[in-house]
Amino acid sequence: MALYSDVVMDHFKNPRNIGKPKKWDAVGQVGNAICGDVMYIYIKVDDNIISDIGFETMGCAAAIATSSMVTEIAMGKTLEVAENITREKVAENLKGLPPVKMHCSNLAADGIREAIKNYKEKVNKE
Amino acid sequence: MRVYLDNGATSKTDERVVEAMLPYFTEDYGNPASLHTFGQTALEGVKKAREKLAKFINAEADEIIFTSGGTESDNMVIQGIAKEGDHIITTKIEHPAILESCAAMEKRGVEVTYLDVDNEGYVKPEVLKSAIKKNTKLVSIMMANNEIGTIQDMEKLGAICKEKGVLFHTDAVQAVGKVSIDVKAMNIDLLSASGHKIHGPKGIGILYVKNGIKVRPLIFGGGHESGMRSGTSNTTGIIGFAKAIELCNVDVKEMVRLRDKIIDSLLELPDSRLNGPKDRLPNNVNVAFKYIEGEGILLHLDGAGIAVSTGSACSSLSLKPSHVLLAIGLKPENSHGSVRITLSRYNTEAEVDYFLKELRGVITKLRALSPFGGK
Ligand SMILES: Cc1ncc(COP(=O)(O)O)c(C=O)c1O
Ligand SMILES: [Zn+2]
Repeated sequence: MALYSDVVMDHFKNPRNIGKPKKWDAVGQVGNAICGDVMYIYIKVDDNIISDIGFETMGCAAAIATSSMVTEIAMGKTLEVAENITREKVAENLKGLPPVKMHCSNLAADGIREAIKNYKEKVNKE
Repeated sequence: MRVYLDNGATSKTDERVVEAMLPYFTEDYGNPASLHTFGQTALEGVKKAREKLAKFINAEADEIIFTSGGTESDNMVIQGIAKEGDHIITTKIEHPAILESCAAMEKRGVEVTYLDVDNEGYVKPEVLKSAIKKNTKLVSIMMANNEIGTIQDMEKLGAICKEKGVLFHTDAVQAVGKVSIDVKAMNIDLLSASGHKIHGPKGIGILYVKNGIKVRPLIFGGGHESGMRSGTSNTTGIIGFAKAIELCNVDVKEMVRLRDKIIDSLLELPDSRLNGPKDRLPNNVNVAFKYIEGEGILLHLDGAGIAVSTGSACSSLSLKPSHVLLAIGLKPENSHGSVRITLSRYNTEAEVDYFLKELRGVITKLRALSPFGGK
């Protein structure tokens, strides 16, 4: 299988941080079911740090692998650092993604940002 | 275990086909257009092959044109009959070889109507009837659909074309060897078929053109194939195709039994649906699983040595869901998790059992990851 790198295949076959964490504070929902890739990224925040993270994804192998990878990158990071995780960074850590997959399937970084936004909105309300 | 369940994409070349082809590579390699004995020996082989293929669809030998495959045959028909101002009728579920050719003709001023199908993929005869106009030159409707296995009522559709005096073409690439074909009884004027779907070699096809019908050539040159398709004959391919045809006259009962075993087993899974009718191509199963995406299913199965295909958007180059699934009314969000399983005469019950077990595991695994339930 030449389409995906071995790192993508590893994250696709053995995704990390799957499902909702036991306790979570906010969720970022990105993608849409019509185009086929949907990601929900859940975060738990303690002292401005992402102390737990998990994802639920419906999508292709690239969507699952990017979700898994982004949770691995963001775990234990401050919100400021996590907010600045880029799609390119995720793809790079996966040893690249096929060009057609760079757009619709590579949403996980957006998912983290959405989750942090959702978290800040909740905190501001309190 | 290595299990090939993607015979709709292509199939294993039968060893007996390879054997029949071999002498034409190394001994009888003459050009069938040459007058010397080398050439005439090859010509004899091509002639017999042409007769065999013609007989298989109840046509005459001089009505068979050899092409490079189904795609070329489809292109010849769509591009070679209608002129600016003419009208072609086809359907929304055709193979891209037809649909893209039609799109190209629209740019050249040909009017094209893409008929709707019902939710099982059938073209309703009355829908065809009412679409035929004064300037309609050609109707092209596939005999059997490659994704969902729907087999059209050729005799009825052919009779309508005959009554209205328009040419009737069918893409029979998936039907050959699975559905009995009689171009006379079905009133078919033009028919495309391909070698590699029926355990023949790749890169060989035929276009049946009923005597008296003119098709403008796509490929010009030395005037081979009665001037309709130039280029030195693909002798080995032709011999192999004819051998494959000879071998595909087998009973499909066992295939149907395995097909129905797969269908019954997959429909036991929650939130699954059969795409296409129950009464379908003997080798075709297409099931959509909600909440998950086909590429993931395909790759997990591949990891287990099993080959299938999917109509998911993410796994297509266009990133669009299958046009066939959309045409039978599936919502895009429910089309992504579709899997196509296509059997051949080589598949065994043990393979099917292994596949079913693996697939159940994959579905469970992917649904556990999905935000949309099915857990
Ligand atoms: C219905 C149908 N038509 C045409 C083709 C194209 O045939 P070929 O691969 O011989 O060009 C295929 C195969 O993909 C097919 O399934
Ligand atoms: Zn995708």
